[in-house]
Amino acid sequence: MKMETDVNRFRKIVRGKIKDNLKRFISSGELIGRQGNKQVTIPLPRIDLPRFEFGNNQQRGVGQGEGEPGDAVSQGQPQPGDGEAGQKPGEHSMEVDVSLDELAGILGEELGLPRIEDKGKKNISQKKYKYQGVLRNGPESLRNFKRTYKEALKRQISIGDYTPDRPIIIPIKEDKRYRSFRIEEKPEASAVIIYMMDVSGSMGDEQKEIVRLTSFWLNAWLKHNYDNLDTRFIIHDAIAREVDEHTFYHTKESGGTLISSAYKLCEKIILESYPSSEWNIYLFHFSDGDNWSGNDTNECMTLLDNFLLPSSNLFSYGQVESRYGSGQFLKDLEKHYGEQNEKVIIHQIKDRDGIMNALRAFLGRGK
Amino acid sequence: MVMDPRLTSDLTPELKDIVMEIESHAKNLGLDFFPTIFEMVDYQQMSEIAAYGGFPTRYPHWRFGMEYERIAKSYEYGLSLIYEMVINNDPCYAYLLRSNSLVDQKTVIAHVYGHCDFFKNNYCFSHTNRKTLDEMANHGSRVRRYIEEIGHDEVESFIDICLSLENLIDQHGPHIRREYKPKDKDNYDESLISPDKLPVPKLPSLRGYMEGYINPESYLKEQQAKVILEKEKEKKFPESPVRDVLKFLLDYAPLSSWQRDVLAIVREEAYYFAPQGQTKIMNEGWAVYWHSKILTQLVLKDSEVIDYCDHYAGVVQMSGQRLNPYKLGVELMRHIEKRWDRGQYGLEYTLCDDPLVRKNWNKSANKGMEKIFEVRKFHNDITFIDEFLDEDFCEEAKLFTWVQDRRSGQAIIHDRDFKTIKRELLDTMTNFGHPLIDVIDGNFRNRGELLLRHRHQGKDLKIDWAVETLKNIQKVWNRPVNIATVIESENKIIHFDGSEPRIEKGIQFE
Repeated sequence: MKMETDVNRFRKIVRGKIKDNLKRFISSGELIGRQGNKQVTIPLPRIDLPRFEFGNNQQRGVGQGEGEPGDAVSQGQPQPGDGEAGQKPGEHSMEVDVSLDELAGILGEELGLPRIEDKGKKNISQKKYKYQGVLRNGPESLRNFKRTYKEALKRQISIGDYTPDRPIIIPIKEDKRYRSFRIEEKPEASAVIIYMMDVSGSMGDEQKEIVRLTSFWLNAWLKHNYDNLDTRFIIHDAIAREVDEHTFYHTKESGGTLISSAYKLCEKIILESYPSSEWNIYLFHFSDGDNWSGNDTNECMTLLDNFLLPSSNLFSYGQVESRYGSGQFLKDLEKHYGEQNEKVIIHQIKDRDGIMNALRAFLGRGK
Repeated sequence: MVMDPRLTSDLTPELKDIVMEIESHAKNLGLDFFPTIFEMVDYQQMSEIAAYGGFPTRYPHWRFGMEYERIAKSYEYGLSLIYEMVINNDPCYAYLLRSNSLVDQKTVIAHVYGHCDFFKNNYCFSHTNRKTLDEMANHGSRVRRYIEEIGHDEVESFIDICLSLENLIDQHGPHIRREYKPKDKDNYDESLISPDKLPVPKLPSLRGYMEGYINPESYLKEQQAKVILEKEKEKKFPESPVRDVLKFLLDYAPLSSWQRDVLAIVREEAYYFAPQGQTKIMNEGWAVYWHSKILTQLVLKDSEVIDYCDHYAGVVQMSGQRLNPYKLGVELMRHIEKRWDRGQYGLEYTLCDDPLVRKNWNKSANKGMEKIFEVRKFHNDITFIDEFLDEDFCEEAKLFTWVQDRRSGQAIIHDRDFKTIKRELLDTMTNFGHPLIDVIDGNFRNRGELLLRHRHQGKDLKIDWAVETLKNIQKVWNRPVNIATVIESENKIIHFDGSEPRIEKGIQFE
């Protein structure tokens, strides 16, 4: 189809637009609500070529219908057009569908994220030959019979060399079409993300929204890198429990905070379902950093040192700023692990605009 | 070999018969059209053809892809449906949507003959190339060749530039022979420096003593002033303002040959499509008039009438804020037919101001049919509205003006005053609702700068877009460019020299 080229050119421009607006999308959550089955519908300003036009001081015009002066004009339905429309203003936004995978790719490009290095299991990653597109040159073994036949048929018909009664088609070199391929290295490995969140009273809706947005993009990127991605959710106050995704973002609990409870549950989940030799394990913990006691903090460090860190690829702690939290846990972690620990990433997310930096921090190491 | 009927664009035998039937009805009723070829397409093909403005063979450009996605998506969501596409060509090509019901197909076929007759006979289309299908394919292959030679990105972004200037054409240009031949003039013409030494034309006087009476001093002075004015004009470049900005750029901008050709292509296509914009209301009105006449009087079976009416109601529904050209067009056509049938024209009728007498006026002139054929030949939308949209019609058709409420953003009915409505309507249609812009000076400030003028008629330009457009013109002109306009009641010049756009103090035109 000839249109294919034009649609692809258009999509390329759209890709650029999404990249330009990525920061806004990341921090606004507009996209999450529009997420369908592996597709995200992205609202973009309509791409228009500039022209000399009148500014809209005040919109006005002539209409047709019932009503007295002062009444609101009833909105008619769009008419069945005949394809000649398009000069009228009105639609100034458009929606484009993009796959989550492509979106993650754009995110990676924009944030300059490195490809994730698999946790020492290179042998599992596999080369895949992906056939895409058709070329005029290639080895005979990859000849695309159908396309070649069509080309030859077209040529013979156009030069009058084709008789329907004796439909003999002889392809010449120019008719031949070959499948082209690209080698893709796809890590075959599987990964699991375990999200943990503090739902104590000090975590407000805005804080949870930030966590939600961050994890949406984390998911998108990790899914882009792994064929098989599991996600598990743990919420905790003084006790921890595993929940589904919806509950994770919508529970409002209150009470004290014992972070160790979450780490213990996390340990249990890993032991039960995710042997670390086969899984890439990502741990994300979001909290406002207000732990109950120093003792509990010490217990957390022990849990991390003895089990969680050795078995996982990465432990990321995102501290969401809240009005009530002391933010002590972040300081404790920093003291314990220093700034340069291989597997621990500690980042403070001030507000929505900080999400972009958080993503860069969490994913920037390529682990 | 039997082909799967879904794979061909041929009509089914049943539809072929219907086409022949409707064609003969149309001919008998006096329509006069090019041979018309119908093709069956599915909705994807239809969306594709529509995205290309009717021509599947057009040059490659991303905006067609955007349009395609928009049309295809709105079809998938069930928001809109393109029933029919017809292109002005000899022969005319029309596309039928495969999924349409038989009644819809009949409607569309009759509708298409209305359009074809209009294309062939309306004066606006008289200068369009009737082999445009081939021409578009030509354009396509030329652009594709440039893409292969120069690169896709470069050619495409140049097309972007050209398209952003696409509306700077002279829509009446094809009908007028404007003389502005470049004169071979001597660069060192002394008279340009001292024009008062130019010879002044005198009236012939055979007798010397009459000289003072035939060519008195005052007359000579007048003549000399005229000569000097002419000479002054010559110094200007262009001598008089040029509406066809694209032509001016083609003639004088420093473009490489492929760029020149691409710009010429865009300009040619803009001129091809312009008449359709000029006659949208009339063209649709005419087509609806005929499809309804042919179908209801000659073609429809009893069992089909309800479906037809349902469809018809959809086509001519009122759409509130936006005028439906189908509805306005057909109603005004019928209004004209009725008036001329009843003899409601001429001085006597115009001067009559008794509403009752006017209403019951009937001289049985029966000139309606003759009149609408005349109208379809000699009018465009503007003259059509200007001449025939009268107070009676305005009331019957329930027209109103609306304004957007500043606070709520809602459109509010403003009033139903005939004069305001008509003025507003004509205003939005003038130059397709685009600003009037012409080239004033190709050597502005004596520095080879380009000066455009926006003829301000009450509405300001959209400044950010004007600046962006100016940037595109600068890329073509290669020297600083300016546009003189009015911003918030003050004369201003927007200037762009390739670095930062500036808004400067403007100049007053006479």
